[in-house]
Amino acid sequence: MNRANSIIPEPIARQPWPMLIPLFLLVLFGAAVLYSAAGGSMQPFASSHLFRFGVFLLMAAVITSFPRELVRFLTYPAYVIVLLLLVAVEIMGTLGGGSQRWIDLGFMVLQPSELMKPVIVVVLAHFYSSLPVGLITSWRALLVPAGLILAPMALVLMQPDLGTSLAIAFGGAVVMLLAGLPMRWFIGGGIAAVVAAPLAFFFALEEYQQRRVMTLFDPESDPLGAGYHIAQSKIAIGSGGIVGKGFNNGSQSHLQYLPEPHTDFVFATMAEEWGLIGGIFVIGIFAIILRWGTRVALASRDRFSSLLAAGMVATIFFYIAVNLMMVMGMAPVVGIPLPFMSHGGSSMMTNMICIGALMMVNRWNRNAPRGGLTS
Amino acid sequence: MAKRRNRPIVSASTLKNTFDRRSMVVGSIQGGIGVLLAARMGYLAIAENEKYRLESESNRVNLTLIPPRRGWILDRNGAPLASNRADFRVDLIPERLKDADETIDQIGELLELNPNRIADLKREVSQVSGFQPVEVASGLNYEQFAALSVRLPDMQGVVPQRGFSRFYPTGPSVGHLVGYVGPANAEEYDEEERNPLLITPGYKIGKDGLEKQFEQALRGEPGARRVEVTASGRIIRDLETREDVQGNPVKLTIDGPLQDYAARRIGLESGSVVVMDCQTGDLLCMASMPSFDPNSFSDGIGSVEYSMLREDERVPLRNKVLKGLYPPGSTVKPMHCMAFLKEGVRPDETIICGGGRRIGNRFFNCWSNHGVVDMAKAIYQSCDSYFYHFAQQVGFDKVAAMAKGLGLGQEFELPVTSQFYGTVPNAEWKLNKFEREWQPFDTVNASIGQGYYLASPLQLAVMSARLATGKVLNPRLVLDGAVTDPLSYNFKDDEINYIRQAMSDVVNGPGTAGRGRLPFPDIKMAGKTGTAQVVSLNISDGRTGPWKFRDHGLFTFFAPLENPRYAGAVVIEHGGGSGAAYPIARDVMTFMFDPAKGLEALNALEKQWGGTAQERLDAKYESYAAERGASVTRPPRRDEDIFDRVEAEARVAAQQSEEIADEFVAPRPLATPSGAPTPAPDSASPATPGPAQ
Repeated sequence: MNRANSIIPEPIARQPWPMLIPLFLLVLFGAAVLYSAAGGSMQPFASSHLFRFGVFLLMAAVITSFPRELVRFLTYPAYVIVLLLLVAVEIMGTLGGGSQRWIDLGFMVLQPSELMKPVIVVVLAHFYSSLPVGLITSWRALLVPAGLILAPMALVLMQPDLGTSLAIAFGGAVVMLLAGLPMRWFIGGGIAAVVAAPLAFFFALEEYQQRRVMTLFDPESDPLGAGYHIAQSKIAIGSGGIVGKGFNNGSQSHLQYLPEPHTDFVFATMAEEWGLIGGIFVIGIFAIILRWGTRVALASRDRFSSLLAAGMVATIFFYIAVNLMMVMGMAPVVGIPLPFMSHGGSSMMTNMICIGALMMVNRWNRNAPRGGLTS
Repeated sequence: MAKRRNRPIVSASTLKNTFDRRSMVVGSIQGGIGVLLAARMGYLAIAENEKYRLESESNRVNLTLIPPRRGWILDRNGAPLASNRADFRVDLIPERLKDADETIDQIGELLELNPNRIADLKREVSQVSGFQPVEVASGLNYEQFAALSVRLPDMQGVVPQRGFSRFYPTGPSVGHLVGYVGPANAEEYDEEERNPLLITPGYKIGKDGLEKQFEQALRGEPGARRVEVTASGRIIRDLETREDVQGNPVKLTIDGPLQDYAARRIGLESGSVVVMDCQTGDLLCMASMPSFDPNSFSDGIGSVEYSMLREDERVPLRNKVLKGLYPPGSTVKPMHCMAFLKEGVRPDETIICGGGRRIGNRFFNCWSNHGVVDMAKAIYQSCDSYFYHFAQQVGFDKVAAMAKGLGLGQEFELPVTSQFYGTVPNAEWKLNKFEREWQPFDTVNASIGQGYYLASPLQLAVMSARLATGKVLNPRLVLDGAVTDPLSYNFKDDEINYIRQAMSDVVNGPGTAGRGRLPFPDIKMAGKTGTAQVVSLNISDGRTGPWKFRDHGLFTFFAPLENPRYAGAVVIEHGGGSGAAYPIARDVMTFMFDPAKGLEALNALEKQWGGTAQERLDAKYESYAAERGASVTRPPRRDEDIFDRVEAEARVAAQQSEEIADEFVAPRPLATPSGAPTPAPDSASPATPGPAQ
């Protein structure tokens, strides 16, 4: 975009429209799907979806304006606060007699575990960018971040929320990988994970979670129980065909065969009515957004921003990949919503924090002299 | 690259390099997963589209079968013996019940079911396999139906619906003949390759009698209703409805009013009445009483009801027309005379009855002293000595051949679940069965229809029709087109006329059934009385004492005399002699020729008995339930078991007379093999007592 000659005011013109326009389209499309999921009504899903997007877009704009030094300054305090919040919900849950994942702030319900996803990325980016270059192959470069990741993971697992703790682990691991830790550690860690997985399956997972995993391998084993969700989701997607059954004509969602048609299985709701074309559209837009995010990361000239941006991309990616694999029967039902389409404030907030952070890095890149060296 | 030595040199630029490289890899993996997801979606939406579209449709659309209306069972004039009644009904699907007992209690309260029924329901629900519907009640009124329907959301597994239920207008009168319907059990469901129709709530199949025999013809084609439903089963809208096709009617040869009349006329006795058409062999009436009410069996046989029927020594569950076997007694005498004629005995040959007769070196008693006896007198006075003598003279094998030819010991081609074919004893048979030689006393016993001789009422009716017409008439139960002219036995006309006249004299002359005259000047009924002893003389006098030891009363008949149109048999179990039987035959034939006159006689009798058969059965149930209520024996789980048991007991009962057959069955002196008037319930009889015997 040629900024100098544009009739569009510069503050607007300098926004990353190649990412934002597809994002708006996706949110609008999501609202349309939610409109249908509510049985052809803006209430209760579509309108609040759009309203929240508006609110969190403002929040993203505020994040975009943060200067680098402020972010770096706030990183550790933010991590500690979110960790304390996690401990707080755990205590409240125990006192309240049952599992609790949120704090009711009055004006909104806050899930600290959601906040932890972007925060873990920032904190690791900050750690590695301030780590002396030579120490990247030392044990210190591994153990401190591992501690930073495992502490919130453990707290979230206790809730128990497997999906979110995996999301935290994934975001953190990608930042560690990109920070340049020796490859052999990851290979070793991968092998350890393969060994640990069966142990975790039998000793760490709740019974209902085990069932969900087993169902993945044998969906017919329990067609009315754990396998029901996946089976119905596949029916919705498969029956949509290439062009779908038409807007507001999805029988799977409207007749309540599809579980959670407005949250975790919103993609199935969409695919039933819009078919493969709608699916390609959604996946395509996600590809555009993630590609833009990756370019922002690559274009960053300092380590903090590049790790931060790449970590945010990874966090968004994890949501998308796990959700889509789940609805298509390639992953267990872990309760991760689809970014920008699923109805739900917490996931919208997390994803908009990620988008805001990416836009913030994008702004830093634009302001920083090209070819500048380390920060 | 950075890896030159063991310890690579790390610098800001190598790190940046690593970052770029690894970012590309991570980005590629992400892109790869994206492509994989798109491909997976393409596979689901294109390659498997067909499969999932079908599954989505089968989710969305619920197909419910509409049970076909069952074909009617009609009598020969087209009046229904079994029809359908539109009603409201409620079924339970056990596997969908959350808390079976609580739900049943709730329903019981709403529908005001009695505690026995509720207990039965709970037991049934716990026993059947989960998919089999259990009928709670049918014939509900609209208020009950509506009250239940509004509470449906809280009661899963309860299915109220409009439907049709089987209705038998004459109830117990046709119970044994027509049978009844009931829900299919697990075995029947498996037998029919799990036909979903059989587990559709409200669908019944034939369980006994003609309902069972003509199941396939009566069944019809189920209709179907396609509705759009939500996952929780709520119906959104009707998509399409295909009407059911009613089953075909089955038209019987039975004359409905006659059947009902005969059944009611049996009254308090236990017995059967069979009437046949002498031109076609059509069975006009096959009444067996006491009976059960097939209307009340169709929602399952209740414990109290079952217990009451089981404990009744008059075995209301046994179809006595087909499964009651009795020594035919003197009713075989005209037929034996026909055998004597065939063997060259002249009708005017006489013997002297001196209160009995010497056969071989032993003297066998007659029931009376008849003096000089020819064939006619032997029939109308039922002189035993005559038969001892001539059976010995011609040889009983010859007589047995005639008996078999005329239908005794024969199984008929009839659409019935089972029929007993009795025994016509002869030397060969006795040797096979008991490994004992045939003795003169066996001939003596058999010559008067005692001993090992056993016949069913149906066989006696057939015998009577064949003897009266001289034609090989075969009984027919289904009215399906014209019958071919029956073959002839080639009896001589004067032989037939002689026997007919002698049998007429039994009723209209100086015979043993004087009170059996029809109240018409121009129509005469001919017949033959019979009394069958079931225990030896020293146990019972046959007329009083325990019911089980009393003589059976039998009567075979045909009318009108000159040109027989109807023939039949009446058998009254333990009636105390033929006096219990022939008044019934008289009234049934009266009804045949003049229904008004017949009913007049019946109404007077029913006033004494305390109502019609249906009313008495209902009253009996009420008092039994009040008295016995909770302490009843449970019916077997499968209806088949009930009737297998009944049949086994019928076989045992038929052997009762065999126990005394190994010795001469001495006729009761002065008591009548042909029945002097007993204190039997026929006081409305217009006829005068028979002549002294």
